[in-house]
Amino acid sequence: MSKNNIERISGRAPDELRNVSIKAGVIKNADGSALIEFGKNKIMAAVFGPKEVHPKHMMVSDRAIIKCRYHMMPFSTDTRKRPNISRREIEISKVIREALQPAIIMEDYPRTAIEIYIEILQSDGGSRCAAINAASTALADAGINMRDLVTACAAGKVNGQVVLDVDDTEDKTGEADMPIALLPNTGLITLFQLDGNLSKEEFDEALELAKTGCDKLYKLQRDALSEKYFDNKNGKTEE
Amino acid sequence: MPAVKKHRIVDSITRESIMSNLANSTRLDKRGLLDYRNIEIETNILKDKTNGSARVRIGESEVWAGVKVETAHPFPDTPAEGVMTCNAEMLPISSQYIEPGPPDENTIELSRVSDRGIRESGMINIKELCIKEGELVYSVYIDVAVINEDGNLFDAVSYAGTTALLMADMNKFTIEDDKVKILDERQPLPIKSLPVSTTFAKIGDKIIIDPNADEQEMATARLTLVTDENGKYVSAQKGKPGGFTFDELKEISVISKEKGEEIRAKIRKAVDSGS
Repeated sequence: MSKNNIERISGRAPDELRNVSIKAGVIKNADGSALIEFGKNKIMAAVFGPKEVHPKHMMVSDRAIIKCRYHMMPFSTDTRKRPNISRREIEISKVIREALQPAIIMEDYPRTAIEIYIEILQSDGGSRCAAINAASTALADAGINMRDLVTACAAGKVNGQVVLDVDDTEDKTGEADMPIALLPNTGLITLFQLDGNLSKEEFDEALELAKTGCDKLYKLQRDALSEKYFDNKNGKTEE
Repeated sequence: MPAVKKHRIVDSITRESIMSNLANSTRLDKRGLLDYRNIEIETNILKDKTNGSARVRIGESEVWAGVKVETAHPFPDTPAEGVMTCNAEMLPISSQYIEPGPPDENTIELSRVSDRGIRESGMINIKELCIKEGELVYSVYIDVAVINEDGNLFDAVSYAGTTALLMADMNKFTIEDDKVKILDERQPLPIKSLPVSTTFAKIGDKIIIDPNADEQEMATARLTLVTDENGKYVSAQKGKPGGFTFDELKEISVISKEKGEEIRAKIRKAVDSGS
């Protein structure tokens, strides 16, 4: 970690996450679902499928297709968000889909669609990372064959210091935000974005720091799933 | 929520040749893995109506950019700042796979990533675009048209947008007795830096730079990384449903800086000879 430990607005340590809780199986009608509370973020993800493809011409004969929608409710932001789907939401839907897709064994479900719906009910910084964590938990909850869970976390730079998990207030004053998504067991980074201003050293440091955040979230995701399926609050899966 | 169906089709002979070439660390078009295609940058191609313009060709990819500077009301939350937007359009003339109509997610991503590169680098000092706080500011619109698509549009759009911005100018103004007077005399835009985008693709376990359309279609993952002249990383975007390892990202971040320097010199040269 950096030597100059400047106090963060939230009082967190540079490598400290916000409070995170994940709960799997929160929506009865969905095949899989999860609720994540990530700082002030409250995000629900639901997975439907594998199911028939609509419209039919989107069907692929040897694998499933993945549809993903990231959507913010008008009441989720400081000033009311217009309900129309924004360009930002379209882009985030795309990067989230591309972050999750490598984990899904799509060849196991030919001619089907797997639909992932992400609803932001209350937003804070890092909602795309929180959404990926929820969606990947929901995919596992739906029993979709997966190579790995997908975990996501951001690192950034605030007041010249590289910090983990940039929240809304820090993002406004901060110098950089770098969200990543990781398949922890294969070491593949499937979402990588950056905006801001980082030197080579800070770039590498932020990358390593985001990885430590991903590792923590991976455990929380497993805990959420084992709590539902093994009724084990300590999150020890029987292996 | 479109999962795009209309893909470019790469025939199996081309696929196999690309793969066998990559296995020997060469490319189908005789390039090395980390070589750009020929980059042509021209300025002032649309003199009569734009405030700045540029045409960029990377291999067969061709884009045109035009900058318009207009006066506008500032946004209420930033009363002392001008406005800058960069927008890219895929024209139906650019490829048989592009249809007219509202932009799809790929075009929106292209547009937003090129906007982010310019915005996050602080290329334009938007504070100096303010004419009168809370009342009047300059709005800088960068619009980029994709004329021919042969891969790596992220870089082409970025180079064309930044070059057109470097060429652009705006009216001088004075404030007398609290009244704004826009003069006929022109001045350059308040440019602070020159961000340069570099795009990488991963095919198999090989990392290549500047993918053409076939390579881009075959790639499992794509990464665009933008650096400024101080060697800082200002923006990045991973695309396509695959991933990179940590080591690959670190390797790419080093190459991106080197290539960025070379291309920055090219852009500067084109601007110097054009203005």
